Amino acid sequence: MQALFDEFPVIVGAFWLTIRLTLAGGALALVLGTVLAGMRVSPLPVLRGIGTAYVNILRNTPLTLVIVFCGLGLGLVLDVSFSTSLSTNYLWLSIIGLSAYTAAFVCEAIRAGINTVPLGQAEAARAIGLTFFQNLRLIVLPQALRAVIAPLGSILIALTKNTTIAAAIGVGEASLTMKTLFESHGDAVVPIFFGFAMGFLILTLPTGLLFTWLSRRLAVVR
Amino acid sequence: MSALTTEPRRTRGGAGTPDRVNVLYDAPGPRARRRNAVFTVLVIVAALVAGYTMVVKLNDKHQLDPALWTPFLRGDVWVNLILPGLLNTLSAAAVAALIAVPFGFVLGIGRLADHPWIRVPAGVVVEFFRAIPLLVMIFAVMYGGSAVFGLTVTPFTAVVIGLVLYNGSVLAEIVRAGIQSIPRGQSEAALAVGLRKGQVMRMILLPQAVTAMMPAIVAQLVVLLKDTALGFIVSFEDLLNAGARVLPSNFNNLIPSVIVIAIVYIIINLIVGAFATWLERRSRRSRRTSAKPIEPPGAIVVPGSPTGVSAVD
Repeated sequence: MQALFDEFPVIVGAFWLTIRLTLAGGALALVLGTVLAGMRVSPLPVLRGIGTAYVNILRNTPLTLVIVFCGLGLGLVLDVSFSTSLSTNYLWLSIIGLSAYTAAFVCEAIRAGINTVPLGQAEAARAIGLTFFQNLRLIVLPQALRAVIAPLGSILIALTKNTTIAAAIGVGEASLTMKTLFESHGDAVVPIFFGFAMGFLILTLPTGLLFTWLSRRLAVVR
Repeated sequence: MSALTTEPRRTRGGAGTPDRVNVLYDAPGPRARRRNAVFTVLVIVAALVAGYTMVVKLNDKHQLDPALWTPFLRGDVWVNLILPGLLNTLSAAAVAALIAVPFGFVLGIGRLADHPWIRVPAGVVVEFFRAIPLLVMIFAVMYGGSAVFGLTVTPFTAVVIGLVLYNGSVLAEIVRAGIQSIPRGQSEAALAVGLRKGQVMRMILLPQAVTAMMPAIVAQLVVLLKDTALGFIVSFEDLLNAGARVLPSNFNNLIPSVIVIAIVYIIINLIVGAFATWLERRSRRSRRTSAKPIEPPGAIVVPGSPTGVSAVD
């Protein structure tokens, strides 16, 4: 138990990294996922094909493989570099992997949301002469996004848990820190585990409640 | 209210040929068709430029050398290096699935028990293991096993226990939703003709619920199969280990081998996923159950949208 208190600043620091990974990965995934959803409903078969291929490939690949590819493949072999600091570089590479993977799920959620917008809305938009882009941007996406707030919340919670996989390329977020603490405090494995479990509960439970509340508050009244 | 994008609509566009047209845009006239053609060409050019840049970059780093790719044409590389990893991945997934499914049934039925001393612990277990990242569980099993019980936990055991605890809890939610999706009248009628609670569950609810939840269970098994790759982090010699450690250390070909391994994963998952979709269509038609197929927990479910069987993970 004492180990938990002694290492408290280390644990908080690790979870702060988890939070940063989640927020950065989530923001990028939301942008990329929205673009992909737009591609998948676009008039151009080429764009639809690229979007479909992307989603099917990323959704069926283990995230660990995606992260390893980003860290070792892009980072070590291809020398993709975001920063001179090695740890910052791996942080960004893991964010790329996380957001590329999560974007596939965001895309599917938004596409499901687009299907909830009543037919008449898009037809009316076309009737007043809006182009595909204007239709998507002004009429369909605002309603679609508000319809899928709850599923996006589930995706964000899954992302929070998935950030642990950045440990595969040595990013010192919560799970890797837990492993390090297990090794240095072999006598306190149980309290350390429950401490970290508690940390994840503290991150995921309020996220779930917040998104449920938001989805009710922002629901489109029909 | 009907779907915007999935509904094929017939138009009078091309001489009597039915055209699948999306309601988000008009059926293209001559100008729009020209514009679309221009954009299509632009997209293809952009894709080619991106592809070319990638090829140049890969070539600069000597990743396109035939020596890095030819190992995949050799039978012995597959038999000695890749297949053992694949076998480990599949056996970990199979063992975990065989334990997780009954575990999920016990927990899911436990959560529906009338006695709080069964219901509450089952609920706590399910919610706890669903909230904890799988990797944290795997680390805890590995280090906890030796520190607390003095056992040496092999990576295989740690991965399987982690997968069982996490997926069992997710399956418990599927089982609970499946049983709850049976109309109340069914169990009320069964109780009225004098069946006991256990008999109602065994003879009335479960047979129908299993049909309804089969697709969601199989979809969750895709997640389980994908999650075996976490074993890579604790040095489990799985398929990913073959692609990211074994092959590169033999042929120094990390990028080619990760790509090939990714294709193997994608093919396996697409097959299992297609099986889930087939099961869903079948159970939607089934007259042996009064319940509709249920969604995996965390699946993208939006009121009014067509259902799918993809789980979020």
